[in-house]
Amino acid sequence: MSVDAELADELVAAVSTWVDRDVISQSRALEQADEFPQSMFEQMCDFGLFGATIPPEYGGLGLDAITYARVVEELSRGWMSLAGILNSHKLAVAMITRFGTPEQRSRFLPRMLDGSFRASFSLSEPDAGSDTRNIRCRAELDGGEWVINGTKMWVTNGMRSSLVMLLARTPDDRITCFAVEKAPGERSGGLTISRKIEKLGYKGLETVEMSYADHRVPHANLLGGDKGMGEGLRYALSALELGRVNIAARAVGVAQAALDAALAYSQERETFGKPIFAHQAVQFMLAEMATKLHAARLMTYDAARRYDAGERIDLEAGMAKLFASEAAYEIATDAMRIHGGYGYTTEHSVERYYRDTPLMIIGEGTNEIQKLVIARRLLERMRERG
Amino acid sequence: MRQRHTHAQRRSSVARRDLPFRVAIRGRRQHNQGVKIAVCVKQIPDPANPGRLDADGKTLARDEKLILDESDSYGVEMALQLAEAAGGEVVLVSMSPTGEVGGIRTALAMGADAAVIISDDALAGSDALGTAKVLAAALRRTQPDLILTATESTDGYTGTVPAQIAELLSLPSVTFAKSVEVGSDGLLVRRQAEYGYDEVACPLPAVVSVTAGVVEPRYPSFRGIMAAKSKPTEMLTLAGLGLEPSEVGWTGARQRIIDVSPVPERGGGEICEDDGTGHERIVALLEELKVL
Repeated sequence: MSVDAELADELVAAVSTWVDRDVISQSRALEQADEFPQSMFEQMCDFGLFGATIPPEYGGLGLDAITYARVVEELSRGWMSLAGILNSHKLAVAMITRFGTPEQRSRFLPRMLDGSFRASFSLSEPDAGSDTRNIRCRAELDGGEWVINGTKMWVTNGMRSSLVMLLARTPDDRITCFAVEKAPGERSGGLTISRKIEKLGYKGLETVEMSYADHRVPHANLLGGDKGMGEGLRYALSALELGRVNIAARAVGVAQAALDAALAYSQERETFGKPIFAHQAVQFMLAEMATKLHAARLMTYDAARRYDAGERIDLEAGMAKLFASEAAYEIATDAMRIHGGYGYTTEHSVERYYRDTPLMIIGEGTNEIQKLVIARRLLERMRERG
Repeated sequence: MRQRHTHAQRRSSVARRDLPFRVAIRGRRQHNQGVKIAVCVKQIPDPANPGRLDADGKTLARDEKLILDESDSYGVEMALQLAEAAGGEVVLVSMSPTGEVGGIRTALAMGADAAVIISDDALAGSDALGTAKVLAAALRRTQPDLILTATESTDGYTGTVPAQIAELLSLPSVTFAKSVEVGSDGLLVRRQAEYGYDEVACPLPAVVSVTAGVVEPRYPSFRGIMAAKSKPTEMLTLAGLGLEPSEVGWTGARQRIIDVSPVPERGGGEICEDDGTGHERIVALLEELKVL
């Protein structure tokens, strides 16, 4: 659903006001304690963010991708992990909405509206990330149920979620997607949270290793029904197109926070009798930071708008993710340099931006994989044009 | 009845006067329709932006987007909490000379049910009493059980409009409320005071001004923002309220703005060297400021 411009601005402004008032002041302490931001999560539920992209016929708001990307950007300007709490849920919503059977849509989507039934996404394994052919987690049919065995890595929100969109190898040797219901917590049936992964940044929300030992899933939870056999990878990659727009939006949000911090600090801090902003070297850095940020934002919005227009966006989403994540890393580094020694301390948030931005380079398909996707798509387009 | 909550108790009362809405309230309550709460709200230039004066140099320019005065958001929140607890509805009443509705939509998005907006070119330049006349006339039509206001607006700061509305409507006025309970016999208000708080019992309808910070105004939900546009919004003119242009605006204003001057620069403050008696100086200073 397309949202009119004025309404979209109001929705984004509501989140932005909250971020300015309540997120920025509290995020540093929570991040340093690696503590789940419970009250922020509850406010995100109150805003209605978890059901924002669910179609209205299932009780959601049917928010378009461009408005959602702007919301993700604002959340990330406050604390990138807040967008992470939301993102895997959105991927699951997109997969169920687009590829679920009518029965699966009716069964899952109304429960996914208010944040009480959240979803995670599980594709990667210890030896399989971007190289999806190596997926070893297996699903075998046994008396109308699928029996899952294997180990999954990098499952963000894995412990607190109630639903896992799991990619597993079925007996046809293809990858199939299962909507695995579970109780939030460390163990549910044959599913165990085998390890909480410590990270450089992206703190406050859990990223876990998940082990399956004869975990049983009803056949009714095979995404797409019988037609979904062997289609899991296609479903996941399609959802990841939108996921890449959201990763780009996160990068834009963190980069904006870094630029804001650098711009403010450059006017407060004095050296050689004047604010460091008066030094041309600093001005040049700020000018380049702002220019990269502007370009990253435009690329991100363009990919989101194309998605809303129903276009295939693997090229544009890949480019936006590639450019915005690299730009954010450079902008965060420059913000730290402008802060000098203080930027290297935990008293300023720029060190967090510096630790958080590499996630966008590596997550949802590394930037090296993005380049392959972009190059392949360029070649395809050239051939399509003849 | 007023109870002062300190060591010594003091009793006083808020006069029950001629209450023009009493019949309507009794009827509504007997029919279990819940309480109807009107909240007076004001839209002001965003304080986050540098303020500008109009061409006349005497009034604040209001030609850009206006927002809901934050001090009104406490009254809106309190009204929503009361209506949620007791059942009922929340109606916003606002004077908007330019016809701007952005700030009122924020309050509708928070959950208010409807808005009455008085918009008329002749309203420009209204002083506090002119504003109170317009709001009182609109409230007379709305017939609420309870009228909530802020203690003062962020841009005008007169702090007199709530009491003026009460006077014009011959209603009891309770100011600086920190909490409000609606009971079967009327209101119980905890009224903030320097020494603690007064407990004031008062019949309905009444006008109550709500102190900033006593409740946590909710953020509007996405669904609330989307629904706000389609909520009932009545636009009224002065003629629709039966008021003459001469009673309000520049012509009706009894208050004249003689001059406007910038706020003086902040002084450097007082620096005290601590020679071991610093704490005494701090205590003396706090006593001077009547903080202690």
